[in-house]
Amino acid sequence: MIHNKRPVTHNTNVKVIDELPDGYQGEGFMAMQLSKVVGLARKNSIWPLPFATSCCGIEFMATMGSKYDLARFGSERLAFTPRQCDLLMVMGTISKKMAPVLKQVYIQMAEPRWVIAVGACASSGGIFDTYSVLQGIDEVIPVDVYVPGCPPRPEGIIEGVMRIQELVETESVRRRSSPEYQELLTSYGIK
Amino acid sequence: MDNTNLQERLVQKFGEQIFGFEENFGILKLYADKNINLKIMQFLYDEEDLAFRFLTDLTAVHYPNQEGAELEVTYLMYNMYRNQHIRLNFGLDINQPDIFTATKLFETSNWLERECYDFYGVNFVGHPNLIRVMNVDEMDYHPLRKEFPLEDQTRRDKDDEMFGRGGDFSYGNMNIKG
Amino acid sequence: MGKVKSKKKGNINLPEGSLEKKTITLNLGPTHPATHGVFQNILEIDGEIIKSAVPTVGYIHRAFEKIAERRPLYQITPLTDRLNYCSAPLNNLGWHMTVEKFVGIEVPKRASYMRVIIMELARIADHIVCNSIMGVDTGAFTGFLYMMKYRELIYEIYEEICGSRLTTNIGRIGGFERDFTEAAWEKINKLVTEFPDVLTEFENLFVRNRIFMDRTQGVGGISAERALNYGFTGPNLRAAGVDYDVRIAKPYSRYDEFEFDIPVGTTGDCYDRFQVRGQEMWQSLSIIKQALAKIDALEGEEATLYHADAPDFYLPLKKDVYTKMEALIYHFKIIMGEVEMPVGEIYNSIEGANGELGYYLVSDGGRSPYRLHFRRPCFIYYQAYPELIVGGMISDAIITMSSLNLIAGELDA
Repeated sequence: MIHNKRPVTHNTNVKVIDELPDGYQGEGFMAMQLSKVVGLARKNSIWPLPFATSCCGIEFMATMGSKYDLARFGSERLAFTPRQCDLLMVMGTISKKMAPVLKQVYIQMAEPRWVIAVGACASSGGIFDTYSVLQGIDEVIPVDVYVPGCPPRPEGIIEGVMRIQELVETESVRRRSSPEYQELLTSYGIK
Repeated sequence: MDNTNLQERLVQKFGEQIFGFEENFGILKLYADKNINLKIMQFLYDEEDLAFRFLTDLTAVHYPNQEGAELEVTYLMYNMYRNQHIRLNFGLDINQPDIFTATKLFETSNWLERECYDFYGVNFVGHPNLIRVMNVDEMDYHPLRKEFPLEDQTRRDKDDEMFGRGGDFSYGNMNIKG
Repeated sequence: MGKVKSKKKGNINLPEGSLEKKTITLNLGPTHPATHGVFQNILEIDGEIIKSAVPTVGYIHRAFEKIAERRPLYQITPLTDRLNYCSAPLNNLGWHMTVEKFVGIEVPKRASYMRVIIMELARIADHIVCNSIMGVDTGAFTGFLYMMKYRELIYEIYEEICGSRLTTNIGRIGGFERDFTEAAWEKINKLVTEFPDVLTEFENLFVRNRIFMDRTQGVGGISAERALNYGFTGPNLRAAGVDYDVRIAKPYSRYDEFEFDIPVGTTGDCYDRFQVRGQEMWQSLSIIKQALAKIDALEGEEATLYHADAPDFYLPLKKDVYTKMEALIYHFKIIMGEVEMPVGEIYNSIEGANGELGYYLVSDGGRSPYRLHFRRPCFIYYQAYPELIVGGMISDAIITMSSLNLIAGELDA
């Protein structure tokens, strides 16, 4: 028997109650679409891989700091290994020497995987329209969200992550095995 | 030992092999024959009253209009005690840009010479590992020479006309041959 | 008892001669959490001891020197931002000072003192990153979080002055684009009053910490002769024992009117570098306080100037361009490149956060440089990295790399 001397108060302002998708509820059960539950769980626990090459990487460090905290969105554990993470955040200029490395890292990630291109250099080459810079990472890998800026403010990076969260929430569980997705990958030369 | 004394010492030792002297913003600059680059640097290093024992910088400049000496390799040496710089320039013919390496004297010049080779094609004779350092290994031209453009010519998404650069790469600056 | 199965060989294909080899080839690749930037090292290791290392650079080569041949002088400032992006104002102001020296512009006292404040703030920001990341690499994450809060305050100061946090493009050739606002002065004063306590707390966490001292003392050391032969400058050279500082050797921006010490180490190992950078932060704080006092002591017209009187290079204020004829003409001349540039060359250097950052400018009279070369300290001292780590263990190699403060943007320009 546990004697509770302290009055127990419950926090009624819980986020998940607002966000709970609609379904049938009854006494002791709740029935809803599986994809919605999976989407809700996935979107609040995205593990990013920060592929930081240059200046945007420093803004990412500031985003992970305590003022603009990215960990509140579930991205507490930054994995540096592609085998264990969901979101590839490419931050900084990718040169032609680095492009095969980036492609290899993308291939090593397991499905489902998302890619966010942070900064002008990753989106389109940025101010470096030169012979040695890849003009945007979408020449080698498929990208989901682009965040413009040079470098983007931490609020911009957080907005990019929130858009990814929207994509993750609404993605169909059958997308990764659909023929359109396979066609997208083969157009980049990824099997 | 100010710049005039330095100039006298060098003329005394090397005489005709130094082509000329100049002074820019307090730094003495000399043009010399490329075959004696190591001899001059060793002389400046060894002599007790000269003692230039720090290599600050090593780079090259491309002058396409100077026939026979298009690539100019320049060394900047420094004496920390007297706080004095000296700049050495050597002109190389673009068809055979050979010059002796300074790696035995200064370890600094190892990667700086590789960078010169990568960007301009200067061949440093005797360098332990003269391969490209910045660009991809498969690149077959030397990009910082004046005849090559800045932009990657195979890119599809940027329209040169809209960016204000159609065709001519001289940007109104200088005459490029060809 | 069941049947004993015989082991089948041949499923794993080893390369030729690898069973006889005593060392393993390990690729400390371009993407690695502990390498702050993209550098690759191919290590030959025997157990944990490193036998040889071959570094490869160039993974972020953006061809700055070729881009600079295209751009007019005032448009090269955003390029210099991206060299050492942790302390971008230092690079910007160094470039402006090079052009001013080349053309012969004299900057008034107040603008010089304001520049000194910005440069020392940038130096503090860079050393904050370097020291706290050294802490993170040894496993101590707390220091990083506390110091980043004050780095955010420095970013706010930059924002008040020039509008941007990281790639600042601060100042103009000849001074600043606008005077510092009241909010900027308040924030600078707030930093100067609050930061010393935080820095003391940070140092208490690390400087006499047994674990940190064991990890960093005797690791990655270099003697002064070898360091000079390799071309080291900056805090790494000062940790080896040579007191060379460009602010004292060739003073720029009225540094000869300030009083500060140069901290110097003895063995050049990681602990000495950490200490040298920590002490340099104290010296920078004292310089900022002196600069604030000097600015307050100016009187009369000098107390309002923030740029030089150089109409050929300093863009006039927009409200004058729209109302006065002269300002309109100068604006047109500067933007369209009708300004007479002298023909010649100059080498100017400043004390960057990593060492002597040099600008070699060759001009042929046109509006963009004929050749611009950056003497980047990181590129020059990274050559010594194999010599520093051979014979040590892999974890020592990681600590050495983060104590050298390698910034990828400065390594491959």
